[in-house]
Amino acid sequence: MVWTRKHLLTMRELDASEIVLLVDTAASLQEIATREIKKVPALRGKTIVNLFYEPSTRTRTSFEIAGKWLSADVVNFSAGGSSTTKGESFIDTAKNIAAMSPDVVVVRHSSAGAAELLARTLPCSIVNAGDGAHEHPTQALLDLLTIREKKAHFDGLHVAIVGDITHSRVARSDIHAMRKLGMTVTVAGPPTLIPPFVQELGVKVSYRLEDAIRDVDVIMMLRLQHERMTNGLIPSLREYSRYWGLTLDKLAKHARPDVLIMHPGPVNRGIELSPEVADGPYSVILDQVAKGVAVRMGVLLLLAGSKGGAP
Amino acid sequence: MSLLVKNGRVIDPANGVDGAQDVLIVGEKVERVGKNLQAPAGAEVLDALGKIVCPGFIDIHVHLREPGHEYKETVATGTRAAAAGGFTAVACMANTSPVNDNRSVTDYIRAKAREEGAVRVYPIGAVTRGLRGEELAELAELAEAGCVAFSDDGQSVMNAGLYRRAMEYVLPFGVPVISHAEDTTLGHRWTMNEGVVSTELGLPGAPGTAEDVMVARDILLAELTGAHVHIAHLSTAGAVRLVRDGKARGVRVTAEVTPHHLLLTEEAVRTFDPNTKMAPPLRTKRDTEALIEALADGTIDCIATDHAPHALAEKEGEFDHAAFGVVGLETAVGLLLDRLVRPGLLPLATLVSRLSRDPARLLNLPGGSLAPGALADVTILDPEAAWTIDPARFRSKSRNTPFGGFTLTGGPWMTIVGGAVVRP
Repeated sequence: MVWTRKHLLTMRELDASEIVLLVDTAASLQEIATREIKKVPALRGKTIVNLFYEPSTRTRTSFEIAGKWLSADVVNFSAGGSSTTKGESFIDTAKNIAAMSPDVVVVRHSSAGAAELLARTLPCSIVNAGDGAHEHPTQALLDLLTIREKKAHFDGLHVAIVGDITHSRVARSDIHAMRKLGMTVTVAGPPTLIPPFVQELGVKVSYRLEDAIRDVDVIMMLRLQHERMTNGLIPSLREYSRYWGLTLDKLAKHARPDVLIMHPGPVNRGIELSPEVADGPYSVILDQVAKGVAVRMGVLLLLAGSKGGAP
Repeated sequence: MSLLVKNGRVIDPANGVDGAQDVLIVGEKVERVGKNLQAPAGAEVLDALGKIVCPGFIDIHVHLREPGHEYKETVATGTRAAAAGGFTAVACMANTSPVNDNRSVTDYIRAKAREEGAVRVYPIGAVTRGLRGEELAELAELAEAGCVAFSDDGQSVMNAGLYRRAMEYVLPFGVPVISHAEDTTLGHRWTMNEGVVSTELGLPGAPGTAEDVMVARDILLAELTGAHVHIAHLSTAGAVRLVRDGKARGVRVTAEVTPHHLLLTEEAVRTFDPNTKMAPPLRTKRDTEALIEALADGTIDCIATDHAPHALAEKEGEFDHAAFGVVGLETAVGLLLDRLVRPGLLPLATLVSRLSRDPARLLNLPGGSLAPGALADVTILDPEAAWTIDPARFRSKSRNTPFGGFTLTGGPWMTIVGGAVVRP
């Protein structure tokens, strides 16, 4: 299997073998984090621009660390500290950055399709680091790497994704990737947070947390954005956390003892996850974060590395 | 000045004509339609062999953007686009800046059209002041100034009581209110149709129900008031059903459909091309099938383009930030000939009727007929012309079409307004 794509835009467009290649590459790079000198020369002389139009801690930091460990020159651009405050459009800013000849632009933007827009406008490789509620492919990859390390395989696993599915790019990327790898996916949440026709993506739908978490191998809890209340999608955070918050009690009653609890972060403690669950024995939330660097190294290496393999 | 159009196939639905005939034009009027007409002395003779000669096409829903948004379009460029697309008349919506909610703006548009227009221009007045949906515009004076209908196009008048009063108030003028049917509370900051594609793309959607609810309301209000309500840009199977039912019950409801809602579905949005973003949004295959059927059976009265020019900067960036709307004047006729008539989905004579006789009747406009004494507005089609839609060659100031690169057979060949050939 050889990587042939110029961009990483969505999980939807990848086939299973491409996804496995990305996960395998990331797995092989994890060892770098344990070295005393965390640096390999694979991307020396390459320039990576992190173009972040939305606040991000984990994703931006891990892309930056990943680029630096691979010896690339990494430049961070965040909207707010730049010409966007002077009214320059996204596309103009991107063209100006492209004029400085980066090899890869990593983009995070609140608009769905922003990564596709750059891919058809700029000459360099584009990595989608989250576009609106559309996709977040590197998050799905780090979820997959975490799951495979704990469960040793993908095929036949059952995953419940719980919470605000409608507004979640993580849910979309996970659904596409997990279905392609032979996993069963149930999405669960109040009906107002489940997007229409989601069954057509090949998932089951549950409107009850207790049912959704029964007999699954993985529970992926999503962050509930506070503005969902003001838009009338849920009556109150209190009610949401009562019916949809995951507690040790609910886990003990309804879930399997070897279930993994995942969350793409940042966690609303006490809303979708009780602190005891977030920090408890089922939780692999910090494993996910650790895998993020290896996943982004793998992606950057496959897109920008000289053809011919790992360092 | 006389013009004899010879050897063409004349399709004139208003007079039941479909066959090889000649059309003699004297001055600004049609003189005669018949076989083997002789050219009077000094007449120009136009050989239309292999062509289709029709009453001038009328687009009752365009945005000419003047006054106020001349960087998108002007009366001069928009009417040249119309002529190039085979239209001899357009009716322009009121969402200019300032809004066409008072006589001075109507007068301005008509003056511009007289001085710079390539085709006939019929202004549509606003229903409410500033399109704000709060108080009625001075509808009587607007009607007297020449507005042929009233519409707050771009949005619904959400206040049903106010819309009811508008329908009643215009009864004496014999003109319709045109409804942009959209209940805005049913789609929070929507950018496309709500469905499986919006779910996959993560774009906020509006359900077809947002349109259906408002179509139902407006048909009920038309029934209550006895007014003529015309539903703009019908886009859902549900709205088709409601219009069909309203007509069957004798309500004075008419409807139009755009080429893009007939020919494209929400699948086109997968590219995130802002030229697939418009209001109402592209719907599903089930909807396009219902629209085509309704256009054929007369439930939908006419085709209108909703020509909505926008500058490149408004249509090249992020999908959710892009302006709503697409241009349509220069692509409609070719698209409909190639994608509906050629595959047998719509008879040619029906297409001609929905573009000429039917919109003329709907807005009580002159035209739509080649009877002796009628205005000599004529659209001539070349059914065999092979061409590719190239937005760079548009006469319109704007290029925002989802149909760029489409290869078509058949298109407009010549546009005659008031007996004079228009060369846009």
